[in-house]
Amino acid sequence: MPREGLLIENPFERLSKDELMHIHNASLELLTDPGLICYNEEAASIFADGGADVSPLLDTSPPCRIVKIPERLVNEAVDRSPSKIILGARKPEHMLVMHGHEPKVHFVTGSETNIWLDVEFQDYAGKTDPSKEIRIPEFIARRGTLKDLCTSARVSEHLETLDGFIRNVNIQDADITEDNKDVNKVFASLDNTTKHVMVGLTNIDQLDNVVKMAELIAGGKDALKENPVISFITCLVKSPLQFVNDTTRSFIEICRRGLPVVVSSSPQAGTTAPIREAGIIAQINAEVLAGITLGQLVNPGTPIMYGSVPVRTRMDTLADSYGAVETSQYNIDCVQLARHYGLPNYSTSGVCDPKIPGQQSSVERLFSNILVTLSGPQFLHCAYGLLDCNSVFCLLQAVLDDAHFKMIKFFLQPARCDEGEIDAMIRQIRDVAATPQKLYIRTIRKVLRSGLLSPPYPFEGSADKDEVFARANDRMEELLKKPVEHIDKKTTEKIFKEIPGILPRLNPN
Amino acid sequence: MSEEILTLLKENVIQGRITEEDEGIDENLSGPGAVELTEAALEQNIPVQDIVTKGLTAGMDIVGQRFSAKEYYVPDMLASAEAVSAAMDILKPHLEKSQVETKGTFAIATVRGDIHDIGKNIVATLIKGAGYEVVDLGIDVPTDKIIEYVRDKKPAFLGLSALLTTTMLFMGEVIEALKDAGLRDTVRVFVGGAAVSKEFAAEIGADAYCADGFEAVRILDSVA
Ligand code: B12
Repeated sequence: MPREGLLIENPFERLSKDELMHIHNASLELLTDPGLICYNEEAASIFADGGADVSPLLDTSPPCRIVKIPERLVNEAVDRSPSKIILGARKPEHMLVMHGHEPKVHFVTGSETNIWLDVEFQDYAGKTDPSKEIRIPEFIARRGTLKDLCTSARVSEHLETLDGFIRNVNIQDADITEDNKDVNKVFASLDNTTKHVMVGLTNIDQLDNVVKMAELIAGGKDALKENPVISFITCLVKSPLQFVNDTTRSFIEICRRGLPVVVSSSPQAGTTAPIREAGIIAQINAEVLAGITLGQLVNPGTPIMYGSVPVRTRMDTLADSYGAVETSQYNIDCVQLARHYGLPNYSTSGVCDPKIPGQQSSVERLFSNILVTLSGPQFLHCAYGLLDCNSVFCLLQAVLDDAHFKMIKFFLQPARCDEGEIDAMIRQIRDVAATPQKLYIRTIRKVLRSGLLSPPYPFEGSADKDEVFARANDRMEELLKKPVEHIDKKTTEKIFKEIPGILPRLNPN
Repeated sequence: MSEEILTLLKENVIQGRITEEDEGIDENLSGPGAVELTEAALEQNIPVQDIVTKGLTAGMDIVGQRFSAKEYYVPDMLASAEAVSAAMDILKPHLEKSQVETKGTFAIATVRGDIHDIGKNIVATLIKGAGYEVVDLGIDVPTDKIIEYVRDKKPAFLGLSALLTTTMLFMGEVIEALKDAGLRDTVRVFVGGAAVSKEFAAEIGADAYCADGFEAVRILDSVA
């Protein structure tokens, strides 16, 4: 049995049928005029062979082409793209099964952050009443390490609402190089969680080592196809409308191996995309469709997810603003488009602008988490623990996020108003109305113990104190002590023997 | 046999089952509830004193412990208190006959002008469940009606509830009227309700302010 996922009965949509078709048509128009600039030679020739209009762009360095993709190719690609995608896991109960037409949400971590935030608590004496102790968290930033990634994956294993893992710590140890980074981050992730692991490659030359590792864990080449314990995320299109060279190369190679892959585009409204909704959505949709078309030309039937991470820019710095309200609007539009094409969608919520956990981070993340979840993306990169627009990761925040997703999941349970329930309630109302006190308190008890009642906020403080951070920290410490099921000894030995570059300190044997 | 009935009665108090039709917390518990068991105990001539202490109070003690340990919630506490109340109603005539001293009568009212009664009803249930006789005078009770009752029935305790800042003033009015009628020393006045505070209670000369029903039972048990 795969993980359950959260079915959204009536997904929230912003676009009317007409509006959606306008966007779709606009995207098709953009794919032929202006088309995409392609910096990858191989992609250009694949497009040309497939029937796209490819012409050299003069006077450019590096040399590049203009690729104009006709509607026919896009339609064929969408048809060939599987609507059902399975993401595997070391433990079969953590598999994810996604259908492009079914708004069933799976919650996942992400993305790679440079800064790891530790937390320490300091006690202060109150100013009006010095006997009153006030506990304040102090957040300490430092560069992320391999050990942190292991810790994060381990805790992720125990976050109940979390369905899958995207490595969220950029490993910056002195002995990590461009060549050994991929094998180390993938092994660290796979060894510390039995959930699905999605990977963004640093160096395409490491692809085969990473795939080999996954094969050893899954039990062979065919077993990996059945149970893809890893999948990939690629940002091959740079906004606006440009196929970059190296990631496009990675993408082509991944497609050739037939493993699940996300074509993700992340335009910034205001800098690399129009700031107006219709503009950024038409553009990102064109970019993602272009990527999917390339993938299906390389290897028809490759499981490709529609990846959309549109974001608005901040007006003070022009940096990404995930906290901006429009960011959620854009993401929700893309979820609707992907569902229209019947492709499983990778979407984003929960990232926030502030650098540390606090009121702003709580408001911003909960806001987008609720809204984007309601739109029903199949694979929601919901940024457990991410702050400062993807630059900072804080485990304490991830623990808080897990608790808040529990509330969202509780809220989204279907209503129960069938005949039997209504009859029972009418009886109950009559019974209580006939008593002198007219209170329903007795009837609470059964519900209280049946799991039908939402639990109190888990980090509530006592008396007049806000102790949320301190209590979440206790929970985090608890989770840190929990063990995980590592990759078995024999397989680990094989991995270390056959795959070069994994640092000995990751070997428990 | 008598031991068995009292153990069952205690268990039913813990589970908050008034009658055999009630569901407790434990799904497996069925059969007679607190009411039927109390009747059976009387039929078998088990001393009333034992029914109260070994059955009802013993059960309530455990409920209290579970509540402190956060295993039980207020609804559970109330359900158990209701089971005890129902049993006490059956035992009442026998208690009088056997001259077992009751803990005293607690009369309770929401004062004039105020119709809030959720808190008052909860407090009444808890106090009754703790073994006091409770007389509920209702809501929006005029001051002279309260005085009349105190004069006629001589309750040991009088509880006043008010949730409005406007109606809480009538609590002071009741106390003044008790004084005027020469009844102030015959009754201990407890006040409560969201509008009321410890300071206000002191100001109007009430004997006790209670934040909730549990505090009321604690204070009652310490003065009764
Ligand atoms: C539910 C409610 C109502 C319900 C009452 C239903 C009912 N069956 O009682 C309804 C909708 C009818 C109602 C009506 C009104 N309400 Co009203 N109501 C409330 C509310 C939301 C909750 C009260 C409640 O039941 N709490 C739950 C119980 C368990 O708590 P409790 O009553 O405080 O009781 C506990 C303790 O206080 C203590 N206790 C209470 N009494 C006693 C007595 C003794 C002896 C002891 C020992 C202990 C004790 O133990 C209890 C158990 O733990 C409060 C808000 C609040 N924060 O209190 C407003 C509130 C009390 N209501 C308010 C108002 C204004 C009104 C109305 C005037 C509104 C209107 N304009 O029509 C009317 C009142 C009409 C009237 N003449 O009384 C205001 C009062 C403001 C003020 N000026 O003081 C409040 C505070 C809301 C607000 N912030 O505006 N209300």
